Amino acid sequence: MAKITYKDFQGNSKSINVDNGLSVMEGAIQNEIPGIDADCGGAMACATCHVYVKEEWFNKIPKAEDAEVDMIDMAFEPKKNSRLSCQIIVSDELDGLEVTTPEKQS
Amino acid sequence: MKNTDVIIIGAGPVGLFAVHQLGIKGLKAIVVDNLDKAGGQCIELYPDKPIYDIPAVPECTGEELTKRLLEQIKPFKTELYLNERVEEVYQEKENWIVKTNNNEEFMAPNIIIAGGVGSFEPRKISLKECEKFEGKSVFYAVKNKENFKNKNISIFGGGDSALDWALELSKFSNITLIHRRDEFRGAQHTLAEIRKLEKEGKVSIKTPCQIDSLESDKELKSITIKYDDGKTEKISTDVILGFFGLIMKLGPIAEWGLNMDKKTIEVNPENFETNKKGIFAAGDICSYPGKLKLILSGFHEVALASVECFKRARPNEKYKFEFTTSSKTIQDRLGKK
Repeated sequence: MAKITYKDFQGNSKSINVDNGLSVMEGAIQNEIPGIDADCGGAMACATCHVYVKEEWFNKIPKAEDAEVDMIDMAFEPKKNSRLSCQIIVSDELDGLEVTTPEKQS
Repeated sequence: MKNTDVIIIGAGPVGLFAVHQLGIKGLKAIVVDNLDKAGGQCIELYPDKPIYDIPAVPECTGEELTKRLLEQIKPFKTELYLNERVEEVYQEKENWIVKTNNNEEFMAPNIIIAGGVGSFEPRKISLKECEKFEGKSVFYAVKNKENFKNKNISIFGGGDSALDWALELSKFSNITLIHRRDEFRGAQHTLAEIRKLEKEGKVSIKTPCQIDSLESDKELKSITIKYDDGKTEKISTDVILGFFGLIMKLGPIAEWGLNMDKKTIEVNPENFETNKKGIFAAGDICSYPGKLKLILSGFHEVALASVECFKRARPNEKYKFEFTTSSKTIQDRLGKK
């Protein structure tokens, strides 16, 4: 289990304990965190679960595969620390991870 | 106004299989979809990705699945109305009337909404000021390339659409191709051709950067792009083309008075009817306890919905459950001797 902090673009934040094996996206959806749409349900096909990963965490979590980076091209205002939250799988090592949701997903 | 037994909204796998399930029961349907081709998410989001959980089909791509479904419903000669987005749905006595954005009208006692997550629309440039130039100097598709001759065109995106149009429009316009990172995911041979044009000074490529602002009086004059390192550059621009793929929007469905749970429509899992008699929902867009967003679940859902559609469309006939293997009637409908 890991404590994940979801921040919105205005700075409001909520920390949730998410079970290992779930994605950061699923953690958000199951806990009704606003700001993550996940239209395709985690198929890496829509870029509506886009988040910005806090800089210090960005290099610590497993890197995005090419298909994810390609999909991030489609996201709303992608930045260098952009990830799709459906592709970040929670493990004990991610305890303390902080992600920020963009102003909107599309 | 066209009359039919069932209006199917959405030409994805579930909408297409609905045609089959209705067809073998002798019901006529029409299908309306906002995209320019059938297949829905299968064709738009993952045409090349293999799907492994279609029963008895160990592996097939989204495109193959769509092709096979179209083949399977061929005997029913169903009309697909593509590039049509359903805007309005209203009741007239026992029937529903469906109106599209192009003013096509359909009437039927039944509607099956197999709309996935809604209709596909182009993703727009995030810069607010772009909105007021949309359709004038900001576009997300090229309908007639004659309108893009002898212009300064800034093209945004890194996929095939951006590369293909950069190449094509460079024949008669001044092109700047702008992308947020150095890598382009579009076809590499197209990219190679564009790189060649860049060397010849016919196209310029700007990466890694994004749009920062635009300058205009009445007309668009130029845009300013911002590089990752913070540097900015002004580019003289008459036309902006953005190719960021498509996004799914629920759109007008939310306004039809259906009971919704977030972006999904609540249904009765016995017949997949919504709170409105004669309007059904199936596939990813419907919700009921235990719902799984799988294509195979959608197939089951339309099979059950089609029975209720039959009862409404043929109130004076008795519904008779039949197998395709043994029913002469069904085999006739499928054109089998």
